Amino acid sequence: MSTAILEPRFIPPPPEQPRETYLTSAYGLVSWLLTKDHKRIAILYLISVTLMFFVGGVAITIVRLNLMTPEGRLVEADTYNKLFTIHGVIMVFFFLVPVIPAVLGNFCLPLMIGAKDLAFPRINLLSWYLYMLGAAWAVYAMLAGGVDTGWTFYTPYSSQSSHYNVVPTMIGVVIAGFSSLFTGLNFIVTIHRMRAPGLTWWRLPIFVWTLYATSLIFLLAVPVLAMALILVILERIFRIGIFDPALGGDPLLFQHLFWFYSHPAVYIMILPGMGVVSEVISCFARKQLYGYTFVALSSFGIACLGFLVWAHHMFVAGISIYSAMVFSLLSYLVAVPSAIKVFNWTATLYKGSISFEAPMLYALGFVCLFTIGGMTGLFLAALGMDMHVHDTYFVIAHFHFIMVGGMVMAYMGGLHYWWPKMTGRMYSEWWSWLSALIIFVGFFLTFLPQFVVGYNGMPRRYHRYVPEFQVWNVLSTAGASILAVGYVLPLFYLLRSLRYGAKAGPNPWNATGLEWQMASPPPRDNFPETPLVVRGPYEYHLEKAQNEP
Amino acid sequence: MFAQIAWYPEQASTTAVGVDRLFIFLFVVCGALGLLVAFLLFYFSIRYRRRPGQVGPPPETHSSLALEWFWSLTPLAIFMVIFAWGATIYFHAFRAPDHATTIYVLGKQWMWKIQHPEGQREINELHVPTGRPFKLILTSEDVIHSFFVPDFRIHMDALPNRYTSVWFQAVRPGTHHLFCSQYCGTNHAGMIGRVIVMEPAEYQEWLNLRAEGSLALEGRKVFLKYRCISCHSADEDARAPVLEELFGKLVHLRDGGTVVADENYLRQSILDPGAKIVAGYQNLMPTFKGQVSEEEIIQIIAFVKSLRRGDTPRRVEESPPPLTTPPINSEK
Amino acid sequence: MSPEQTLWTPEEREILEQTILVRHRLEEQYENLEQQHETAALGMWVFLATEVMFFGVLFLGVGVYRYLYPEPFERASEKLNWMIGGINTLVLLVSSLMIVLAVHYIKLGNQRRVLTFLALTALLGVGFLGLKAIEYYTDYRDNLIPGWKFEPDEWVTREGLAPEQVPQVQLFLLFYWIMTGTHALHVTIGIGVVLTMLVLTQRGHFSPDYYAPIDVTALYWHFVDIVWIFLLPMLYLLGTHTSRDFHF
Repeated sequence: MSTAILEPRFIPPPPEQPRETYLTSAYGLVSWLLTKDHKRIAILYLISVTLMFFVGGVAITIVRLNLMTPEGRLVEADTYNKLFTIHGVIMVFFFLVPVIPAVLGNFCLPLMIGAKDLAFPRINLLSWYLYMLGAAWAVYAMLAGGVDTGWTFYTPYSSQSSHYNVVPTMIGVVIAGFSSLFTGLNFIVTIHRMRAPGLTWWRLPIFVWTLYATSLIFLLAVPVLAMALILVILERIFRIGIFDPALGGDPLLFQHLFWFYSHPAVYIMILPGMGVVSEVISCFARKQLYGYTFVALSSFGIACLGFLVWAHHMFVAGISIYSAMVFSLLSYLVAVPSAIKVFNWTATLYKGSISFEAPMLYALGFVCLFTIGGMTGLFLAALGMDMHVHDTYFVIAHFHFIMVGGMVMAYMGGLHYWWPKMTGRMYSEWWSWLSALIIFVGFFLTFLPQFVVGYNGMPRRYHRYVPEFQVWNVLSTAGASILAVGYVLPLFYLLRSLRYGAKAGPNPWNATGLEWQMASPPPRDNFPETPLVVRGPYEYHLEKAQNEP
Repeated sequence: MFAQIAWYPEQASTTAVGVDRLFIFLFVVCGALGLLVAFLLFYFSIRYRRRPGQVGPPPETHSSLALEWFWSLTPLAIFMVIFAWGATIYFHAFRAPDHATTIYVLGKQWMWKIQHPEGQREINELHVPTGRPFKLILTSEDVIHSFFVPDFRIHMDALPNRYTSVWFQAVRPGTHHLFCSQYCGTNHAGMIGRVIVMEPAEYQEWLNLRAEGSLALEGRKVFLKYRCISCHSADEDARAPVLEELFGKLVHLRDGGTVVADENYLRQSILDPGAKIVAGYQNLMPTFKGQVSEEEIIQIIAFVKSLRRGDTPRRVEESPPPLTTPPINSEK
Repeated sequence: MSPEQTLWTPEEREILEQTILVRHRLEEQYENLEQQHETAALGMWVFLATEVMFFGVLFLGVGVYRYLYPEPFERASEKLNWMIGGINTLVLLVSSLMIVLAVHYIKLGNQRRVLTFLALTALLGVGFLGLKAIEYYTDYRDNLIPGWKFEPDEWVTREGLAPEQVPQVQLFLLFYWIMTGTHALHVTIGIGVVLTMLVLTQRGHFSPDYYAPIDVTALYWHFVDIVWIFLLPMLYLLGTHTSRDFHF
């Protein structure tokens, strides 16, 4: 342990593979369940979010199978409504929101800034327990009895009309919200106070910048959602109209509060993905990230403007024409920072020395799909267009291009990128290529037809539909089955690598970040000595790490 | 195997043409930009792939500030064009022409109830003629619904506590889908119907076959049934404001504010009379919440809209209502 | 300090000894106590920012509905016990002063005074809750609990409100219960934390070099205090005794 006085000024080269890693420093279930180590907590999260991903995935598989025929013969209408609610609630609140911050962020953030741990390790563990509690509660409520409100919980349907387990599900979501809130708090404080000497703001990796922006949104938006849901819960219990028009309440107020959280929440989901992609593209093109400052600041542009566009979900909900115009205008402003990022990633490739390992394939896939998703967002933000495609499959397709094509692609890329660091093992290259390819193809086949069927007017959340939409739905279901294979494959080859994979070595991708300057898997205390950072994160042209003099 | 395939929705209203033009513009502009990015990604990936035997890192590329600003501001300029275009279409779609005919649409789990100004009622079907603008006034009896006719490119939520509106003008005869697009519970997917567009002459025939009393006439009956007339009379000593030629006018309130007497104001005055009291009057009126149905409110409003000077029934009316139908579209 | 330096100046030696003395207070992820203290304080500030948003929704709700339904809201507000609310404001303000003094004396190393002022803070907190309980009792007596003990007819016959305004009265009262209840919960948690600090101080856990937990507790306590300062006008003083027509 070093102190201010005893701090060394000479940084030794990375030590030999230590005998003890964070995985072997203690054994037994208790050592995992009571750990304060951010790396172990990341692994705990990895296991839980993967589980949730597959629960949400099974629900939507049944939904898609039901949509094979216009009559929707597979399941009853009520069951169908419960299934898409399970899919939405789990994927949004228990997978997309926590996945990159809580898994990759938790694991990498202290390593990337040269810290021994997050600022508040106990709170970090508490976050995981809150997540598990919320998830268990919500999943139980949705499986035993079910909820049929959709993940948006619109009043007065959720507050007065629905007869199912709305209250327990909402309690689960609120609890999980506090989990994200504490994660965000931990990250912000850590980034402010725990950086290694020499690691100035402009030497921070973009992933850290995006985690910071994400955490800001967590902190400011989650309490609003929590309170809005608590008010609905009270309304259901006491039958007093906060949002119920029959008793003087205003159902639109709920939509305002809900989207005040849920629109920034889509940036919670996509921003860390953008961070991961910046790391990966720079590393596999062996280039400095083009326009570092613009990419870093655009994350903040997105986080701040993202708070001012919520009512673009309500263009045909009865808000005034003029406020709709303001929100449309602001929505276009928030598109600019995203465009900046896409152009800079593309420019980073210019004159690079590009190799195509699995993380890079995912990252390139991300840029491609995110661009399409973002562009269709321009359609939706246009008031005159939204008037037609609002609440249709066009919106579904747009959202999934950003969330699945963007976010999940980035998560897979990040997982493949840091997997050697987390486990010390390399996975099968051939299988990882294959699965990336399958996911890409399956994704396009699933969601492109939804744009067509959406423009033709198929509304979302329809248990059965008119026959002329069938061909597109069949294509989409076919794509979904391919996608499912793509998502199950990594489960096998990644788990297999734990036992049979080649040893990874400290820096298999020859990257410059601080997290690669230590053994894989890292030792319990991360850095034997606090590193001294002397340059920016992506100086690949020097072939030197951030802390090499 | 598949009976029909939906490739492109029919352009069945005047709005549809404008929306589709914007769609094509967006498709071309975004498509070009998207293809550019995809091409660059692909080209760079091939051109600058790592070749065997390559040693040392690639040369450093310096960021160009001018380039950064170029690709920040160019999209912004394009976005502003899209914004202005979209806003114009939206503005027109929600500002009905003055001569538009009003049709009331009431959503409830899980059906659409529609009332024509001449009194005809329909469920899950809407008959309209070509070439005439129609303004839909929407409300809901329970949860939020959304009135969506893809072929018309119009969409509006029906809320339980207020009126919303949207208008359209159909261009040629045909049958179109009507969907509820805001999730409303178990049978959400069953809350669908048809919009049937007819030639004007055919429409008139249809109307005549189903003629009942006009909406305003029904409203007159409701007005008398609930004894509204005992206060809202045209007499000197009336305890409540005279309703003649009220619709669309500016009303001065007791607390100093003003409000335009539109459908929402009239509705609120029936259900929550204490909310906006007209200057010079006391808060005497009881609420009719729970007594009067949403359909009756619609009828009363149609009646109030139709009232010309001297049209208010006498306080002791025994005689049948006038034979001629009062004019409907009194709004300016 | 340069890396080749091997001898320490007396000042540095003193700091070093202090560091060794309080090393067992230093958590392993930090470099030194100063960093630990700053981090804890920043963490609390950030947490309080989220709390502001949490209460902010309720403030917004009251604001929106008060704008929509001024009359029932004023009428219902008049029924609240503004006297107890006012006294409670004073109680909380004084308690904030007490905890500031506790922080002041821990910096000076005066452990006895710290104990006294922490005890006073907790005592005033308990006093607040006691008064609140009395107030809740009077609310119960006066039928001000929507959904449980509430007489809609009273508001029509005695207050002269229209029947359709009664749900709006309930809406106000619901906000009153949610907001004061959430606040009381915060005070209760605060008392628990202050008492924990009291015990730790008793055990000699803190010194002028290490008092971050007390500092952070004080921040939290001030926040709870400030929330009340906003609650008072929003709920108790909302149009009370200023309503324009008193003719009922």
